[in-house]
Amino acid sequence: MKITPLNQQHKKLGARMVPFGGWEMPVQYSGVIDEHLAVRQAAGLFDVSHMGEIEVKGSGALTYLQNLTINEPSVLVDGQVQYSACCYPEGGVVDDVTLYRFAPDHFMFCVNASNIDKDFAWMQKVLADGAFADVVLTNRSPEFAQLALQGPKSEEILARLTDADLKQLVFYHFIEADVAGVPTIISRTGYTGEDGFELYIAADKAELLWTQLLETGAGDGLIPIGLGARDTLRLEKKYALYGHELSEAITPLEGGLGWITKLDKPSFVGQAALQKMKAQGVPRRLVSIRMCDKGIPREEYPVFACGKEVGIITSGTMSPLLKVGIALALVETSVAAVGTEVEIGIRQRRVAAEIIKPPFV
Amino acid sequence: MEFPEEFLYTEDHEWVLVEDDIVTVGISDFAQDSLGDIVFVELPEVGYQVEAGKTFGVVESVKAVSDIYTPITGEVVEVNDELPDTPELVNTSPYEGAWMIKVKLDNPAELDGLLDAEAYQSFVEEQD
Repeated sequence: MKITPLNQQHKKLGARMVPFGGWEMPVQYSGVIDEHLAVRQAAGLFDVSHMGEIEVKGSGALTYLQNLTINEPSVLVDGQVQYSACCYPEGGVVDDVTLYRFAPDHFMFCVNASNIDKDFAWMQKVLADGAFADVVLTNRSPEFAQLALQGPKSEEILARLTDADLKQLVFYHFIEADVAGVPTIISRTGYTGEDGFELYIAADKAELLWTQLLETGAGDGLIPIGLGARDTLRLEKKYALYGHELSEAITPLEGGLGWITKLDKPSFVGQAALQKMKAQGVPRRLVSIRMCDKGIPREEYPVFACGKEVGIITSGTMSPLLKVGIALALVETSVAAVGTEVEIGIRQRRVAAEIIKPPFV
Repeated sequence: MEFPEEFLYTEDHEWVLVEDDIVTVGISDFAQDSLGDIVFVELPEVGYQVEAGKTFGVVESVKAVSDIYTPITGEVVEVNDELPDTPELVNTSPYEGAWMIKVKLDNPAELDGLLDAEAYQSFVEEQD
């Protein structure tokens, strides 16, 4: 089992630790609902050091990235971030990622913790298969720790620890500056839907930054947040989680990532398969479902429309903010319209629900 | 962590309160603490026949679904109707507000295998 540099800190704070993708991680501290509401109303601090960082350098980097990913990286300027994904030739997803541009010949991916080795191997394979020149790939995950500071009070709290002008730092951009004396990549990105920052630092500086942030933000209501609330927060905003809404068996067109799939750009891995799927009609769509009666929709529960099974829940929970069951589901395109009444199979019952326009909150 | 003396306990973390041939069933303080914030409780109806070792309902936390078992066999004679509307009682009052069902006990011998408070506490402490 792998551990992050903050493992002891979590235990000191009384976190309940669980295995996640080969890592021992905190699932909760004070409680999932408490933590979820803190992020929506004040601020929360997450240890996301288990995530991976893969560097792409060289004069051939951009050409390689255009082929490797489904979005268009040439629109990026220095200091900008892009949400993207890598696909297999058959169209399924290798991973969803964020791509950082430091310079025309220097990029970095942030990848999912459970996919680090797989992604790195895949990226090396695409590099070799395409014989791209002047590209160097480095898996820098062990060198980095990562914290996420999220919530309406985030900027106010972070500003106390850095001279960087955070007001100028806009969404999906990043800067490099010192935070509490620690050299940091400050990225205005996140997985909660609130204003916030993802902070990349050297692994041996994690404890310092973690404790400094918690101390300085305590008066604003900043508390540590575990993976339990991380999941409910992203679900309320319809953000995909690899392994649920995206996988080798789910294409970006089905998994709600059509908006980052630039089918008309020059050749990229998976393009032919995705163009074919688009031409023939995408067979299933990711929809947002809200329960109308009591019951909590869960992953793998079936979805029915007019008595017929039409799909499956990919992620579900009780929304701490809405206090109603919410879910994402893959359903046949013919029933995917907003307003469609459906039923979710929950144990022996069929419980009424509705497809709604996202996001939930 | 509370282990009231007047109850008997199971290794599945239910408690039972025996009053003549009526047995009240709920889940223990240890159980609610392990599960986290409870957001949903599903209970059977009056008249339902519960069987020792089988599930009679479900509690759900934000993250997960947990079956609840009964160590005894018999007919459900009363159900805590308030509980499904206020699932958080399982967290705040697992031994009182969150009693779940009352069962007319068919076979008192089924109580023999249950743990008293001290034995259950030892069992729980060994889990860590």
